Amino acid sequence: MFHPHTDTDREKMLAAIGAKSLEELFEIVPEDIRFPDLDLPKTHSEMEAYNALYGLHTKNVPGIRMPNFLGAGAYRHYVPAAVDAILRRGEFFTAYTPYQPEISQGTLQAIFEYQSHVINLTGMDASNASHYDGATAAAEAVNMAYGISRKKKKKAIISPALHPHYRETIDTYFKPADFDIGGEDLDPWSNPDTLIDSIDEDTACVVVQYPDFFGRVFDYTALGKAAHEAGSLLVMVVNPMALGMLKAPSEFDADIVCGEGQPFGIGLSYGGPYLGMLATKKKHVRSLAGRIVGETEDLVERKRGYVLTLSAREQHIRRERASSNICSNQGLMALAATIYLTMVGKEGLREVAELCYQNAHYAASQIAGLDNFELVTDQTFFNEFVVKCPKPAEEINKALLEKGIIGGYEIGKDFDGMENHLMFAVTELNPKEDIDALVSALKEVA
Amino acid sequence: MTEQKTIYEKSSPGRRAVRFPKPEVPLTALPNEFLRKDLVLPEVDELEAVRHFTNLSQLNHGVDTGFYPLGSCTMKYNPRINEETARLSGFAKSHPLQPSETVQGNLKLMYLLQKYLAEISGFSQVTLQPAAGAHGELTGVMIIRKYLYKKGETQRNKILIPDSAHGTNPATSAMNNFKVVEIKSDARGNIDLEALRAECDDTLAGLMLTNPNTLGMFEENVQEVCKIVHDAGGLVYGDGANMNALLGIAKPAEFGIDILHYNLHKTFSTPHGGGGPGSGPVGVVDFLVDYLPGPLVEIVEEDEEGNPFYDLVTPKHSIGRMKAFHGQFGMMVRAYTYILMHGAKGLREVSEMAVLNANYLMHKLKDTYKIPYERTCMHEFVIEGRWEDAPDIHALDISKRMMDFGIHPPTTYFPLIVKEALMVEPTETENLETLDYFVEVMLKIAKEAHEEPEILHAAPLTTPIRRMDEVKAAKDLVLCCVWPEDAIRAE
Repeated sequence: MFHPHTDTDREKMLAAIGAKSLEELFEIVPEDIRFPDLDLPKTHSEMEAYNALYGLHTKNVPGIRMPNFLGAGAYRHYVPAAVDAILRRGEFFTAYTPYQPEISQGTLQAIFEYQSHVINLTGMDASNASHYDGATAAAEAVNMAYGISRKKKKKAIISPALHPHYRETIDTYFKPADFDIGGEDLDPWSNPDTLIDSIDEDTACVVVQYPDFFGRVFDYTALGKAAHEAGSLLVMVVNPMALGMLKAPSEFDADIVCGEGQPFGIGLSYGGPYLGMLATKKKHVRSLAGRIVGETEDLVERKRGYVLTLSAREQHIRRERASSNICSNQGLMALAATIYLTMVGKEGLREVAELCYQNAHYAASQIAGLDNFELVTDQTFFNEFVVKCPKPAEEINKALLEKGIIGGYEIGKDFDGMENHLMFAVTELNPKEDIDALVSALKEVA
Repeated sequence: MTEQKTIYEKSSPGRRAVRFPKPEVPLTALPNEFLRKDLVLPEVDELEAVRHFTNLSQLNHGVDTGFYPLGSCTMKYNPRINEETARLSGFAKSHPLQPSETVQGNLKLMYLLQKYLAEISGFSQVTLQPAAGAHGELTGVMIIRKYLYKKGETQRNKILIPDSAHGTNPATSAMNNFKVVEIKSDARGNIDLEALRAECDDTLAGLMLTNPNTLGMFEENVQEVCKIVHDAGGLVYGDGANMNALLGIAKPAEFGIDILHYNLHKTFSTPHGGGGPGSGPVGVVDFLVDYLPGPLVEIVEEDEEGNPFYDLVTPKHSIGRMKAFHGQFGMMVRAYTYILMHGAKGLREVSEMAVLNANYLMHKLKDTYKIPYERTCMHEFVIEGRWEDAPDIHALDISKRMMDFGIHPPTTYFPLIVKEALMVEPTETENLETLDYFVEVMLKIAKEAHEEPEILHAAPLTTPIRRMDEVKAAKDLVLCCVWPEDAIRAE
């Protein structure tokens, strides 16, 4: 335990307060409910606690290295050693929101650099300091679009090929509002230009994913143009790793870009903490949710420095009229992404992105060459593709697991009529040897 | 401090840190029509990168570098064991969509954490999904809404919020399309019962209550407050930001609170990370369990030897998913480690020592600084940063001066109902010497305020950078190191 008080300290402090006992400090708590017995485990020493946690972690399978082809919004990537070494500096991880710029320049400059990386990758003009994750960032993006329309446009068209968790999150956020979430009934396999027919004057925004949930890369130029003609916004949900090689969303004239920053130096950690990215064009910066860091100078020596800015948008100032209720964001994860992007740099990010692309295409072509397996993805993709199997995907995955391979994502869990479909994600951490092992295992289990 | 260059200013074309292997697979043509032409990112070597971030870190004040009595944020020590357990490979390397049979360790940990958090506060069930306190609040108010609507009480469109509440409370209510009505505090800093009764009609959806409140005081009529709301058909939401005062002291469900969020990054020692990640689990009473966001972890079957199998289950009237996947799992591992180390006895001591430290400081300061409500405080207290005989001194000046003594300022100008408020939360992990040093500094600053006010106005004098030009930041709006050529700076 971490409270340092000795018996002598306690006596001294109680005497200073003028209290006879510790219990006296709690007399205000109704007596009948004061000091309840808590049914919790016994007190553990550090060593015992570590052993208990060690025991739990071994109950998970990936304690040993195992080929893994799961993606669907969370990706295995190599994290350079320096990322965690820097993240573990107490000056970074034991600080909080940089309200006091004089003693928070480290956090503030790191966030400023993070914003810069996001701006450069997406082609937007402004980024916030981070959001909870990709799904909540997408919900905030829709909320921004709603706000930008002054709450006059009461509908968002969501691509049916958006990550199902993201769609569900957006649905949850907007249930209380007088606002429709459309696009659910469309065919997830159709070309995104089919969304154009759904856009009307009441559409605040169109939300698409790039690459989409199934890994496909589409040109959103026509869609963006149609959205703008109707006075609505184009929101793009991105996998930022793909932006290492693919065109920036600004080239499709996106208005708001959000996405999951986890591929940038953040471990899988069973789904979190991850990193919500949220960026927009200059004209919408005052509608952006969350913290924003801006460059300025100190008042005395006119030295360059950084502060949280435009806080008039935020809950602690504007209360019920704020653009969002977000307070804590994902500061440390934004730092991880910043360090990651610095470590891999301009060349390295392109290299990783292309490795993912090459490995994934090799895997796709090898699986497509198997009897009974059909490559369903039939156009440009980044590092994920969908395969139709000769039997239920669940059975294939179980058989793969017995062979020591974690298979793909069973998209039939989210999409009707796709019980035999598996989606494989391939990154730089799935080398040729693993891919070949997967292909021969598939051949055997089919 | 010499001016810090940005990483872009340190960049030099062709310089590299990490490298990746060449592809081993036969190459596929790249999709030319989708390729980007250029990418602006820094190019630096590994030492430069490590030195850059190390130097930046040294410009920060953290719990590790000095006292951090930031009220309402519970800046306690972040145990290093948590960092080790969260990085155990079984936890850290598992994918959120892995089959449940391969992640029984994760699921068991989540199951037990749900149970322990529920036990600590007296609730029936807890969801671990919300990503932070404000996200937990959003979850909680959505639950209120769905529950009332399902009962057909759609006329209930009003949420009551005490005037001392966190800013997130009204913002959260507004996101739920609820009308916000502020309730005044009485002369002792409690919710004014008459003002509360006056608003309790059939349009009432609920009350958002912080106890201890943001003045650091226990709500003296808490059970009565909850009863008034319940009698009018509303629900009581508890803001759990201040749970550090209540571990083993009282269970919020026994006050009458129906829904409460926890801040794992405050009460349960997970690090604040320079502004997150937080983690904001939400506990509810029995009749609201079915409304929790999914999925929860439950035991779905037991084998012949009674070994449980844990799985993810979505409650039947769930408000829906609040984010992708299952929540901030890495934070759950840390909080679980912390609870395991403390046990029931240790957790009660945490709150006892947090309250002892706060009262000790309050007593040592009360002759020098005005205390707006003189009562025993809980884990934090509010003082006024002003004196009639030092009219030019503001709370801000006192805060800035504290930095010169290596102390992070308290929460300043909050709560809004106290003039020139300074909200001090020492936490239980600070020792007596640190508390005495803080008192010494505060008394010295009070003396300076009267005798040499110019020092306070100029403060801080010894920090890496001086007071910042915030007006310029908002006016010029520079949000990026290097703007791509075609991008124009934001207005």
